[in-house]
Amino acid sequence: MNIVVCLKQVPKKDSILRIGGDQKWIDYRDISYEMSEADAYALEEALRQKEKHGGEVIVISLGPERVRQSIKEALAKGADRAIHLQDPLFDSATDADGIARAIAAALKDEKYDLIFTGLQSDDYGFAQVGLIIAERLGLPSATIVMEVQPEDAAVRVKRELESGWFQWVKMSMPALLTIQSGINQLRYATLKGIMAAKKKEIREVKAADLGLTAEDLKPGQVVDRAYLPEKTKRTEIIEGKPSEAAAKLVEKLRFEARVF
Amino acid sequence: MRIRNPQSEIRNRLGYKMSQGILLFIEQRDGVLNRTSLEALVAAQGIASQTGEKVAAVVLGKSVSSVAAEIAAKKLEAVYTIEDDKLAEYTPDGYVSASKQAIEQLAPRLVIFSHTYQVRDFAPRLAAQLGKTFVTDCVGFRVDGGDVIFTRQVFQGKLNTDVRVISAPPALASFQAGSYRADKAEAGDSPCPINALSVNLSDTQIRTQPEAKFQEAKQAVDLTQAPLIVAVGRGIKSQENIELVQKLADALGAEIAASRPICDNEWLPMDRQIGSSGQTVAPKLYLAVGISGAIQHVVGMKNSQTIVAINKDPEAPIFDIADYGIVGDLFEIVPALTAEVLKVKSES
Repeated sequence: MNIVVCLKQVPKKDSILRIGGDQKWIDYRDISYEMSEADAYALEEALRQKEKHGGEVIVISLGPERVRQSIKEALAKGADRAIHLQDPLFDSATDADGIARAIAAALKDEKYDLIFTGLQSDDYGFAQVGLIIAERLGLPSATIVMEVQPEDAAVRVKRELESGWFQWVKMSMPALLTIQSGINQLRYATLKGIMAAKKKEIREVKAADLGLTAEDLKPGQVVDRAYLPEKTKRTEIIEGKPSEAAAKLVEKLRFEARVF
Repeated sequence: MRIRNPQSEIRNRLGYKMSQGILLFIEQRDGVLNRTSLEALVAAQGIASQTGEKVAAVVLGKSVSSVAAEIAAKKLEAVYTIEDDKLAEYTPDGYVSASKQAIEQLAPRLVIFSHTYQVRDFAPRLAAQLGKTFVTDCVGFRVDGGDVIFTRQVFQGKLNTDVRVISAPPALASFQAGSYRADKAEAGDSPCPINALSVNLSDTQIRTQPEAKFQEAKQAVDLTQAPLIVAVGRGIKSQENIELVQKLADALGAEIAASRPICDNEWLPMDRQIGSSGQTVAPKLYLAVGISGAIQHVVGMKNSQTIVAINKDPEAPIFDIADYGIVGDLFEIVPALTAEVLKVKSES
């Protein structure tokens, strides 16, 4: 069973974000990066399926040179080969549609049974790229998947619904699944894996290789302005040593908020 | 939609034949209206009041007359129903096909959804089939010279963005649960007309077979009834440390709850989870320990009466919604707080 995993590299979770000079996005200086969390779980799920059923795990990622670091991490964890969509033209693909269009085009001639993405990325959080890829490749899909059970030419998946409800859904393969964070335990790359990764293929793909022009990747929506959220509440920050802060907080909870 | 709005015809900067009005997608399950559809209605009515447009609603399913009647009491131009055996159980293929035909027939300028798990499962495919843009998970809007500017959170709520649609209408947009209050939905003077929309699903191939919905385990605790909740997140670092927070909860007489990573690691059972995939609560006191405040958690607790946050990161989004905050090391603050609560309780 061959599985494609779409990976996105994003600023690390604990990054201090500053607004960029154009006020339209963040300032990327001094930012370090990591694999978007849900994508890491998607990769882990693909590796576990491969260990059970055999086949190949192919990772695909769109982004500048720095993205290779996350691709190499995926290869070190056990992915077999990678496709890196790297081209200044892809910088204009700033909405889900442009990104999905490029990835779908790059996967057109690949042989796969399943495509995994994370349920949404930790930066833009569109929650759309996977499904647009499915639409473009003509695949059935399921989102927010908690468990994957291949059955011959079909796959049965457990979808998370809201408020603690779940549902199993079956579809034929090939299919696209968006994976929920936390569905498995992530592995670390071993030294052996890191060494083996050095020999694995990372195929670079340019926009022209896919027949895509800037016009094809033009977004349908743009960010006018990025800014720190206005506080909806006035937060009273309580200062002091732990014991002092605790005493002040308890007093406020008793006499201001009257919660006990 | 049969809504004429000469003003927006002039405002159309792109030179396309102007689509008109707002179409609201109503979500129902087994004939029960999803409350978040009413929140999205508030957003739709708010936009319409500023653009001079009208709002119509569409509801899909096998038999939706009671949901249609309920929604028709709201201030709407019309409610359109699409009833078909193929829509008895939700499937992405069935819903994409039916909604696509509705949008093509009604030609709205804007299609509004609530950002539910169901909408997440089919609306991006719908947008792709229509070749239209979809602005997901919005928390607000403003109208700027006839254009609707949507507010979206990015980086898990750390930043906001104003998003402008630059492609031809219709555009699709979904609103995050809790962004608007359902009880603010404007009622109509009299019920609006309910029209059956005829769509053809006979050629629609349904590629996914859903089984019956189920709940994992019987919910042992009903956190929605707890007046005081102490919730713990990633900052607690290990399972052994949960006891620290349990002691604070015990001292307060509160229930213990958790954000998703804690339950994923099985440090606390699933039925203690607060957030979009867990329970939604609004207690008198919600004390968040080591919880950063990702959107998925915040939607489950932001309506709490008093929110206290203890976190080492002063930039954590949880402080944006907290009434009281302590920035610092929870391993020092939580024991101090427990001791203080016990002291005060023994004195009173």
